[in-house]
Amino acid sequence: MPYHKINADDLKYLKSLVEPDRFLSGKEINEDYSHDELGGIFHYPDVLMLVLSTEEVSHIMKYAYEKNIPVVVRGSGTGLVGASVAIEGGIMIDTSLMTKVIELDEANLTLTLQPGMLLMELQSYVQDKGFFYPPDPGEKSATIGGNISTNAGGMRAVKYGVTRDYVRGLTVVLTTGEIIHIGGKVVKNSSGYALKDLMIGSEGTLGIITEAILKILPLPKYSLSMLIPFASMEAAIECVPKIVGSQAQPTAIEYMARETLLFSEDYLGKKFPDTKSPAYLLLTFDGNSEEYVRGEYKETAEFCLKEGSLDVFLVDTDERKSSVWGARGSFLEAIKGSTSEMDECDVVVPRSHVAEFIEYTHDVEKELGVRIPSFGHAGDGNLHVYICRDKLSDEEWKKTLASAFDKFYSKAEELGGQISGEHGIGYAKKGFLKHMLGDTTISLMRGIKGVFDPKNLLNPGKIIS
Amino acid sequence: MDILVCVKQVPGSSDVEVDPVTGVLKREGFSTKLNPYDLYSIEMAMSLREKYGGTVRAITMGPPQAKQALLETVWMGADGGVLLTDRAFGGADCLATSYALSQAVHKMSSYDLILCGKQTTDGDTAQVGSELSEELGIPNIGNAISIKLEREGFITVTQNLDDRIVTAEIPLPCLVCVDGDINSPRLPSYKRSKQVPQNAFTSLTLKDIEDQDKTHYGLLGSRTNVERIFPPEKNADRKTLTGTSSELATQISDILKTGKFIG
Ligand SMILES: Cc1cc2nc3c(=O)[nH]c(=O)nc-3n(C[C@H](O)[C@H](O)[C@H](O)COP(=O)(O)OP(=O)(O)OC[C@H]3O[C@@H](n4cnc5c(N)ncnc54)[C@H](O)[C@@H]3O)c2cc1C
Repeated sequence: MPYHKINADDLKYLKSLVEPDRFLSGKEINEDYSHDELGGIFHYPDVLMLVLSTEEVSHIMKYAYEKNIPVVVRGSGTGLVGASVAIEGGIMIDTSLMTKVIELDEANLTLTLQPGMLLMELQSYVQDKGFFYPPDPGEKSATIGGNISTNAGGMRAVKYGVTRDYVRGLTVVLTTGEIIHIGGKVVKNSSGYALKDLMIGSEGTLGIITEAILKILPLPKYSLSMLIPFASMEAAIECVPKIVGSQAQPTAIEYMARETLLFSEDYLGKKFPDTKSPAYLLLTFDGNSEEYVRGEYKETAEFCLKEGSLDVFLVDTDERKSSVWGARGSFLEAIKGSTSEMDECDVVVPRSHVAEFIEYTHDVEKELGVRIPSFGHAGDGNLHVYICRDKLSDEEWKKTLASAFDKFYSKAEELGGQISGEHGIGYAKKGFLKHMLGDTTISLMRGIKGVFDPKNLLNPGKIIS
Repeated sequence: MDILVCVKQVPGSSDVEVDPVTGVLKREGFSTKLNPYDLYSIEMAMSLREKYGGTVRAITMGPPQAKQALLETVWMGADGGVLLTDRAFGGADCLATSYALSQAVHKMSSYDLILCGKQTTDGDTAQVGSELSEELGIPNIGNAISIKLEREGFITVTQNLDDRIVTAEIPLPCLVCVDGDINSPRLPSYKRSKQVPQNAFTSLTLKDIEDQDKTHYGLLGSRTNVERIFPPEKNADRKTLTGTSSELATQISDILKTGKFIG
């Protein structure tokens, strides 16, 4: 059944559901809402509604369900796969005003909050109270609702895991407008199908998250990082599984090439503390005593030197951390700034195959004659590989891109990897998902979508469609 | 060019506690670090050595554990350093500190250039550099953002004086206070930390310097009388404004005017 096109009556009714300044339509809607950080996919919603509560979302959904109007939820729009673009128009629900902390439960170590709170606000809120929310995706202005809906990963996954590991419970508005609570403050749960886990990473296609109960930890009192130079990228990456296999427990193992550091220097207008070597690993350790953390540092430093690192640099004070991690945080934007257009491959492979995959990107770089810089979370096997357009014509670009993605995903498949480690599938990667997962798995996913959203109103055209 | 860099060990974070009774910084049990502003002068010294040759030595006055600060300068690339430590030096203000430092400098072998950071993050006076040059009777220049050796016996220093950039030529030996944020200080090397030569550091006490009159040092030699030290009140007030875009703009502009951020 075709979607209902919003008319004057719908506008009037929808407008009555929220205060006037939280309702926009047509030309009033800012250009920002027509795309996310992927670029390349643009479409405006017909209506934009900034919501404050579960009830408001429920009222909107009830109406949309009755009238057959598509609905897309949007957090901060920092997604990288076009997931929050309203490609069918309809209603966009913006959660960015739902920023309340509902409860910090110190006895249960949980934080209950609304989905629009930004990751940076959440992190500093719990930190001020001596707690720690470990997931640490690069983009701190993303919302927690967006992070849950993409199962965002980030820099601390090696030791602490990803967003999924910190979601205890969710309040969800279903496509019918009904409200359900799944999971809770409980630590264990074997009560039926894991609906909460289905909702995590579902990119707004199964329901709308309006409240979340997160697991938090006591804040580790001390942390330090180490920047480790190597004579080649191969040498750096080959060291990663060895570090993982040693007794060390870093929170993060990131890899970076000199070339990426130079882009970042250009982008930030600030020199990196060391660019003499072709490749680097960046590790962080945390813990409750300085002695323990320094001990880990020393042992790992010795280990890396034995494994052929050129040196090990200490990144211990706030100033040193911000000079190194500040640059790391800018890589995506810096590579973007170095080219006319780019597309990203967020593959994840078993950690033992990271080196092989990166070497393969160099082969493809030569074969296709394009620049393919990369960086990423070497410690968890999640790589961010960027295909840069530079001076290619429209036609060449399309062809090269398709060929590069084909090669990368086939290689990932061969190595036992997956299409997306943390950015999701959204619009941009759905063709590849179908190809990699195959008919049986995709039809199971379609079945799930059909149960949750029989009218295909929730974020249509994403993940599977 | 032989360079001395003055460095100081300061509290590791800005969340310092002050003893409410004595008004003294509680240092025990708290982590310490090299004064962040000194990192820029160390980096400057290192790059001058790379360009023109010579040596870089650090000098610090402090309790015995301040040796850690010197060690770190060596991990960053310095050749060695001097620790000036004695109970008699405790409680010094900037005048007594610079006098003690000048006595230590007299004991060290010859130098061409002394570098200081802009200020420290605990004392924050930004006085020690220029007072030290007075004690030593050598010229000094502050706010330096670059140093070049263009003519034998002189350096050319570029200063950032906020409203203008000044380039000056100064005869060696002299003292230069280096601005903050002018370079990206190199990181301490683990490899170097394992290769610190036995004789990299010298310790000097009151007995080792020429003027041994205790009243010239520490609390006794200080001209500043500290009445009270207290952590500044933290101002994290937040205000949420509501209204249309133009109302919000007016409100923000009023707040900025009241706070004298804009005219
Ligand atoms: C510079 C940069 C660095 C990044 N680094 C990382 C990184 O290290 N790791 C990582 O994982 N990601 C990273 N990202 C990607 C992005 O920040 C994440 O995907 C983030 O989770 C998106 O959050 P958002 O609030 O912007 O969501 P949006 O982009 O607004 O939405 C993303 C998806 O979530 C859905 N959604 C949002 N809120 C809800 C809700 N309440 N209920 C149901 N569905 C919802 C949307 O419909 C959409 O499908 C980075 C992005 C940038 C630009």
